[in-house]
Amino acid sequence: MKTLIKNGYIVSEYADMTTLMDILCEDGKIVKIEKDIEDPEAKIIDAQGRYVFPGFIDMHCSMSNPAGNYIESFESLTKAAAKGGFSTITLLPSTNPPVDNDAIVDYIVSKGKSYSNIGIYPYGSMTVGCEGKVLANIGHMVKAGIVALSDGDRAIDKAQLLMRIMQYSRMFDICLITHCEEQSLACGGDMNEGTISIELGLRGIPEEAETIHVSRNILLAEGTKAKLHICHVSTKKTVDLIRQAKKRGVQITAETCPQYFSLTEDAVLGYNTYAKLNPPLRTKEDVDAVIEGLCDGTIDVISSGHSPVSGEEKRVEFGNASFGVSSLETAVSVVITELLQKRKILNPMELAEKMSGMPAKILKIKSKGKIKVGYDADFTIVNLKEQVVVDTKNFRSKSRVTPYADMFLNGCVVYTISAGEPAYKR
Amino acid sequence: MIIDRKDFLELKDLSAEEIIYILKTAETMKFVLSQKGRNSPMLRGKSVISLFYETSDRARLAYELAAQHLSAAFADINLSSSNGRETLKDMGIMLDQMGADFIIIRHSQAGAANILAKNVKASVINAGDGYNENPGQTLLDLMTIKEYKKDFKGLKVAIIGDLLHSRVNKGNIWALTKLGSEVVISGPPALVPEEIENFGVKVYYNACDAVKDADVILSGRINVDDLEENALPSMEEYKNFFMIDKELLSYAKEDAIVMHPGPIKRGIEISSEVMDSPQCIVSDQLSNSISVRMAMLYILAQGRKS
Repeated sequence: MKTLIKNGYIVSEYADMTTLMDILCEDGKIVKIEKDIEDPEAKIIDAQGRYVFPGFIDMHCSMSNPAGNYIESFESLTKAAAKGGFSTITLLPSTNPPVDNDAIVDYIVSKGKSYSNIGIYPYGSMTVGCEGKVLANIGHMVKAGIVALSDGDRAIDKAQLLMRIMQYSRMFDICLITHCEEQSLACGGDMNEGTISIELGLRGIPEEAETIHVSRNILLAEGTKAKLHICHVSTKKTVDLIRQAKKRGVQITAETCPQYFSLTEDAVLGYNTYAKLNPPLRTKEDVDAVIEGLCDGTIDVISSGHSPVSGEEKRVEFGNASFGVSSLETAVSVVITELLQKRKILNPMELAEKMSGMPAKILKIKSKGKIKVGYDADFTIVNLKEQVVVDTKNFRSKSRVTPYADMFLNGCVVYTISAGEPAYKR
Repeated sequence: MIIDRKDFLELKDLSAEEIIYILKTAETMKFVLSQKGRNSPMLRGKSVISLFYETSDRARLAYELAAQHLSAAFADINLSSSNGRETLKDMGIMLDQMGADFIIIRHSQAGAANILAKNVKASVINAGDGYNENPGQTLLDLMTIKEYKKDFKGLKVAIIGDLLHSRVNKGNIWALTKLGSEVVISGPPALVPEEIENFGVKVYYNACDAVKDADVILSGRINVDDLEENALPSMEEYKNFFMIDKELLSYAKEDAIVMHPGPIKRGIEISSEVMDSPQCIVSDQLSNSISVRMAMLYILAQGRKS
């Protein structure tokens, strides 16, 4: 089974990005990257002069709403991911039932394959039931195929427990992905605490709700030498804390989502529940700091932060609305619009690193993250110039909740290819 | 002047001219009320529904009397204790279908009145939404201030107490700053966040500094919930630092007036001595509460007619 991708600008250190090149794939692997490859047996995919990125890997993606109820099915989720340009996704464990044992990990790994050819890699819950009380059988889950440990969107309250998890994680050299939220500060809050929350009369979530956990987790990781990954960075101080920790040599990586560098708390004005996220949208100063962090490498990864909720959960009073947005299908376009075109802080190579190279490295998925001979034939072909309108009617996700509805964005996924097979074609 | 609005939701989006026009109309209504016949036919054939997700006897009563004095039909839905209710939007659609001309909504969530207003044909009046606003209450405060002080320009208004959770006093800030008054605030820091200064007011954590040379002192409520959230240690402490008593009043102008949206925690928010003195004009606030609501209903009806 051969596939030949013709005429693309190959975003890879193993290709010449100034000229159109071809990639030959066989049995799901890359076998040749050259100019003008001819192979009569191969199925041809014409990139038509677009950019061919290594298949994007989403490090922060949920199937359920904050209550743990499934919004997505495997089918809707993988289709949405493929449409959004992700040839590989991970799954947060804070679902109902939670992913806290090897049987469920097994189920996801095997079941996922029957729905889609994109890669699905589950995270395992650090604690039984994602409840933050008792250590889960981490070793069993590692054997069954989890690629990281996570507390989902429920931060671990007890420092002692997190310390033990970090110590234990070293047996498997597996990364801990922590959601940083101090409950006593965040609980009951609706949006970022500040001038706008006062103006609207909404309950505020102070930035300290995030930064207190970030600093605690950094210190614990420093002491235990565990690998720590901070997800959805939203504040300036978080960026500062991670930058300092990296300077000290702590094994820490970090990620943010397009929401946190393209929108500010202003999006909430008018009680727009579609801008109700956890962590909340912050100020312009925070957005600038997140961008700065992406620029100088403090933030390693851009994930979608897909947290689907139903329209019914959003079309209510702000305080009663669920946190979350459907972002698999907008992430890549927002990244291109904001970072490649508006701010011009990333080039295609750096984008490939943030959305594929680094995720593969952090999750230790050795055959992915690069376009290189011998690697998996996963590609995302993107038209960087095409303008698209975000039309929620065309969403493949079951959640059509997005703050970007009807916006014009630049950059459009043309093909998502996983293991040499198209998972999505525009 | 015709105010061309479907709804009254917030002081935030009313201009100074609109506010003054409402107050003037309220003065006319007050005159109508003082006449023998009392009732006016201005809203005959209209229906006013009060949709209260939170109980409030005063507010409901004020709107009911206002509607009756204008000859409108009034009906009342109290949902404060119901569970598993339909969504606010569906409730609004139902009321629309039943032919409601006005819906007076009170709700524990900020923004609830906005949601309702967007989804119904009826005129919506916000009678309090979460920690956002309660324009009727704010307007009656403004009317009372105007009666005593004639003009808002150059007035110094001190707000004492919980600002964060006080929808009426937040409305007072938006309105008074637009009308040219100087607004200062004092209260425990957790309830008077410094960010409020971004809206052109000044925060003092010493009540005497705030009250100094004030023309008007607005007392907010202090709730038991604030104690539970550790916003302040005890009512006793509050009383010691923020109660409006004769001593605190001695810093204000001699003819300063003291107001409170009620119900008052006597001896905690305001001392008995001040409450019972002529400087405390809470009874004027109450008598104005109906004229203001009449003005709001009347103006919306006029605007829609045009």
